[in-house]
Amino acid sequence: MELVCPAGSMPALKAAVDNGADAVYLGFRDGTNARNFPGLNFDVEEAHRAVSYAHQRGARVFLAVNTFPRPSQWHKWCRAVDQAATLGIDALILADPGLMDYTARTYPELRLHLSVQGSATSHEAIDFYVRHFGVRRVVLPRVLSLTQVQNVMKRVNAEVEVFGFGSLCVMVEGRCTLSSYVTGESPNSSGVCSPAKHVKWEESASGRRSRLNGVLIDVYAPEEPAGYPTLCKGRFEVGGNVYYAMEEPTSLNVLDILPQLYRAGVAAIKVEGRQRSPAYVAQVTRTLREAIDACAAAPEAFAPEPRWIEQLDKVAEGRTHTLGAYSRPWQ
Amino acid sequence: MKLSLGPIQYFWTRDQVFDFYERVASAPVDIVYLGETVCSKRRALRLPDWLDIAARLSAAGKEAVLSTLTLIEAESEVSYMRTIIENGRYPVEANDMAAVNMLEGVAPFIVGPHVNVYNAGALDLMARAGARRWVMPLELDRETLAALQAGRTAGLETEVFVFGRLPLSFSARCFTARAHNLPKDDCGFRCADYPEGMPLQTREGQSFLRLNGIQVQSGETCNLVNEVGELRALGVEVLRLSPQPQGMFEIIDAFRGVMDGHLEPSMAAVLLAPYQTAGFCDGYWYSAPGMQRVHA
Repeated sequence: MELVCPAGSMPALKAAVDNGADAVYLGFRDGTNARNFPGLNFDVEEAHRAVSYAHQRGARVFLAVNTFPRPSQWHKWCRAVDQAATLGIDALILADPGLMDYTARTYPELRLHLSVQGSATSHEAIDFYVRHFGVRRVVLPRVLSLTQVQNVMKRVNAEVEVFGFGSLCVMVEGRCTLSSYVTGESPNSSGVCSPAKHVKWEESASGRRSRLNGVLIDVYAPEEPAGYPTLCKGRFEVGGNVYYAMEEPTSLNVLDILPQLYRAGVAAIKVEGRQRSPAYVAQVTRTLREAIDACAAAPEAFAPEPRWIEQLDKVAEGRTHTLGAYSRPWQ
Repeated sequence: MKLSLGPIQYFWTRDQVFDFYERVASAPVDIVYLGETVCSKRRALRLPDWLDIAARLSAAGKEAVLSTLTLIEAESEVSYMRTIIENGRYPVEANDMAAVNMLEGVAPFIVGPHVNVYNAGALDLMARAGARRWVMPLELDRETLAALQAGRTAGLETEVFVFGRLPLSFSARCFTARAHNLPKDDCGFRCADYPEGMPLQTREGQSFLRLNGIQVQSGETCNLVNEVGELRALGVEVLRLSPQPQGMFEIIDAFRGVMDGHLEPSMAAVLLAPYQTAGFCDGYWYSAPGMQRVHA
């Protein structure tokens, strides 16, 4: 079971590789990848250096071109694929079926992974990408229970990668347009969710307010820590109650079910967080490396060590964690 | 240009559904999409019921289409989808790549709005797989549509969502059950209490979104009645209205009037206003945030 870690920058990449990641994933510095934040990601030259740093230390590099280009952007996205093909990366992570078609025809030797943005949640959907493009690995959206993951695993002809730690996407990835509804930009179209340039903070007597393109996402009491105003983690009023109507700010953490994922034959555990700091990447990579190694050595005897949980909670959103959809009660 | 009714997105009672389609049979719509697309637990109607409704609508001269679930999580959902696909009589709208996979080479199909077709490459792939019509994804704009229309495969029809609350996202979590502090597995079908979804407001009272089971919808109603002429000029063959419990037949008549040239769009907009409880939006069409109203 591989550990796949985020590299939003060269320091983050080094933190991942040096702390035991089997593979890192990164993207170019534009809307071709789904984490298009200011100050993050790689240009082609930096990506070359990233690949050689990782390869010299035995880690693999996956590059994500996982947004959905519109016709006016098509050539730019194809160029990103062309550039990726020259880098000597170990796999290209794609979501758009059109771009996948282009890539499979142009670079038949390039190993393809289906991005979580591809929204493939069943063996039938996965089969479409395997049949048409020879996709070798799929990243499952964070909407399946553990049992559902196990059932998909029994029927697929591709490796399966699942999310193991990081901020939780509440909606099925690749099918959420809440962000573009409010700001005009969404993960599918621009590679961003709740983009920072639309965020506004206001101080008032009743507390701090966060707005996204004018829409009030949350109000924080004095002294209450304020989270990033992601739409699905705001507090709203439904039926007369004010609460986190979709989801609390919390991070996914699969340590409790690591042996089940291992026994099911999951190929890789993915860590979310290309927008996070190198310190986060180092901490999470180091902890999960230890946990995965312990699990592989003795899956029957595996139990998460309290210090692992503690270390991961320190960097978790809201300093708390959940099994998310893997656990039926969450659903 | 044809007028279609999308699938009912809400959980209406069995009687409500039958009564609704009884009226649809004599309404001026050409295409009717049938079936549950949001939550597989909603089973007030079984496949034979939907097939009965399809037969009734076909007899009334409509094209009946069976729509599939948007988010597939369980193997039982895949199996149910297979029985829909193997119905042998009615075309199917694929709302997930799993349905596309199962329909490819089996029967011509319609690509629903929740399969991500954002460019000519993806559209061509769908056409090669056997699509005969596609519904433009909701966040796309008129420039994108114009470009795709210019290069689309001969014989492939285009449909655009022109009226209704926009389905913006889908989740494993049921937001209606959550609002009632109920587990999803024991939800008590509370979404039946909200035939237009549960209103979600900001803490300033702005009517913002609607919770509809595992789906989140726009609070505002998407309305492109002012753009019908432009859609026609772009060669769009089908306009889609999304069913809602209030005023549906007035809404159908207004769009039909504009499409047939009997009604000015500005007059239709006035007639439609009472059925948009939180106002209307058309931002996506104009490359703006979807919630915005660009047309004055």
